[in-house]
Amino acid sequence: MSDPTLLQRVSKALPWLLLVLAIVAPFALSAYDLNLLARFMAMAILALGIVLIWGHGGILSLGQGVFFGIGGYAIAMHMKMADLPEGELPDFMLWSGQESLPFWWAPFASPTFAIAAILFVPVLVGSLFAWAVFHRRVGGTYFALITQALALAFATLIISRQDVTGGFNGLTDFYGIFGVGLSSPGVPAALYWLTLALLVASYCGVRLLLASRFGMLLRAARDGENRIRFLGYNPTPFKVVAFAIAAMLAGIAGALFTLHAGVVSPALIGVVPSIEMVVWVAIGGRYSLAGAIVGALLVNIARDAVSSAFPELWLYLMGLLFILVVTLLPNGLAGLVASKRA
Amino acid sequence: MSSSAVADLLLSVDGVTIDYSGFKALDNFSMTLQRGETRVVIGPNGAGKSTLCDTIIGRVRPSSGRVLFRGEDISGLPEQAIVGRGICRKFQAPGVLPTLSVRNNLALAARKDRRWWKSMGLGIPAAERATIDEVLETIGLAERAGDEAGALSHGEKQWLEIGMVVATGAELLLLDEPTAGMGPAETSRTAQLILGLGASRTVLVIDHDMSFVEQLQASVTVMHQGKFLKQGSIAEIRADAEVAAVYLGHAA
Repeated sequence: MSDPTLLQRVSKALPWLLLVLAIVAPFALSAYDLNLLARFMAMAILALGIVLIWGHGGILSLGQGVFFGIGGYAIAMHMKMADLPEGELPDFMLWSGQESLPFWWAPFASPTFAIAAILFVPVLVGSLFAWAVFHRRVGGTYFALITQALALAFATLIISRQDVTGGFNGLTDFYGIFGVGLSSPGVPAALYWLTLALLVASYCGVRLLLASRFGMLLRAARDGENRIRFLGYNPTPFKVVAFAIAAMLAGIAGALFTLHAGVVSPALIGVVPSIEMVVWVAIGGRYSLAGAIVGALLVNIARDAVSSAFPELWLYLMGLLFILVVTLLPNGLAGLVASKRA
Repeated sequence: MSSSAVADLLLSVDGVTIDYSGFKALDNFSMTLQRGETRVVIGPNGAGKSTLCDTIIGRVRPSSGRVLFRGEDISGLPEQAIVGRGICRKFQAPGVLPTLSVRNNLALAARKDRRWWKSMGLGIPAAERATIDEVLETIGLAERAGDEAGALSHGEKQWLEIGMVVATGAELLLLDEPTAGMGPAETSRTAQLILGLGASRTVLVIDHDMSFVEQLQASVTVMHQGKFLKQGSIAEIRADAEVAAVYLGHAA
């Protein structure tokens, strides 16, 4: 073995360097830029889940926006309720003539309930849905289409029930979370660090899962579902559990995003955003967790830069980028790094 | 039938019919296997040999008849339950898992507890590691244990899959065309491998290659159009006029 070259040393040290930079970012970035970075990091948590199910499980979901939305709406409902004096209704309900609080809104006043809902409603919905589909041995393109229909149905449902969901405008105008004002000094930085910590924890968790026997079986089910079935495994629970974990990560991402963006609306969770989520991961590299984080950050930074100047152009540009990556770089940006190293 | 023959009965396929909307892939087919026996099933294309394997492992369900394994009717059980009873099948096309290493392919097969929540751990338990090393020796792939299974040659993939079937610890092994696509040298090595499994395993082999069947020195069951045609030693089968007619009639 020869001594590691400078390039190898740099590429080994790079993730740690980036982590240190991410930790000190609140001291260097403007409030606006820090807020953007925090939103994009939240989205990167969702992207990790897509690597788990799509890259390693072969399950293409075009409906991750649903779980992102569940997390986002859960925290938004909590913030709407928390600001409210006893017995009053959230502003948008008054505007649409709603006279009393729907029963399913009331428990969101409790922070514990809201956090439990962010974590476990996506898991529950995701596992019931995935079990129903995978149990009947439906997969591949059909699964992707069903998830897309789910995203469409979810967004349509929210829009159609404006009186209790805020409709097309979504939920916005939040003032505080868990008793602290969202814009009080230090709070944006603290929420940013919370997001970073959850991103790092999610990365480590998914990485461990992929290295375990569970990860091995997930890849085995992807490559030879029949082979493992006739080795005595039932592949369904492996796929269902992976899907539920990805749903949980999406829910956490949605809640954090809503905290930073100050809004959750159907436009952020429907069919097009759900497809965009897959595009981040395709560009970053669907087998690579680090690639997915980089993909989610880069695509969203590019989106922000392009769409503020030319709003109509973004979808075309993203489509083009997607086609280029799929044809030239099937393993995404991560594949580029790996082949340079080899 | 003597009482010891009944005690040694492992598998009995009892009057099974598989009906694909009018086409009978198996037509009132019956056969039995004794413990420790190696049996070869031959027959022209479309005779129903692979369908027989599919039926035993629960991939297709008989429209009439039963499959008894150790006296229990298994013809209605889900696939993984049948594997759990001790039957494992090697498919015709190599069914190894290409992105896993050779060792991990065997590790999946050797795993005793296959429930998902028992998979939340790292590494391979020691008891299973011993089985894996033993099988690696048997199939002659010890040197390649760390390589991705997708990088193996065609013959090596076939051996790996035979190894996976062996590593499950199943008592009844179904080997569907284990020598498909192999040259003479690889074929005879495969025969040695199967002979080396010894009397602790019962093996049902499906193959076309008569030189391979001869090397196995096993008794032969001949199928034709989903029906049982003949059973006997290789010499008897070779001399049989009816079997010759079926094969020659097919070739003409």
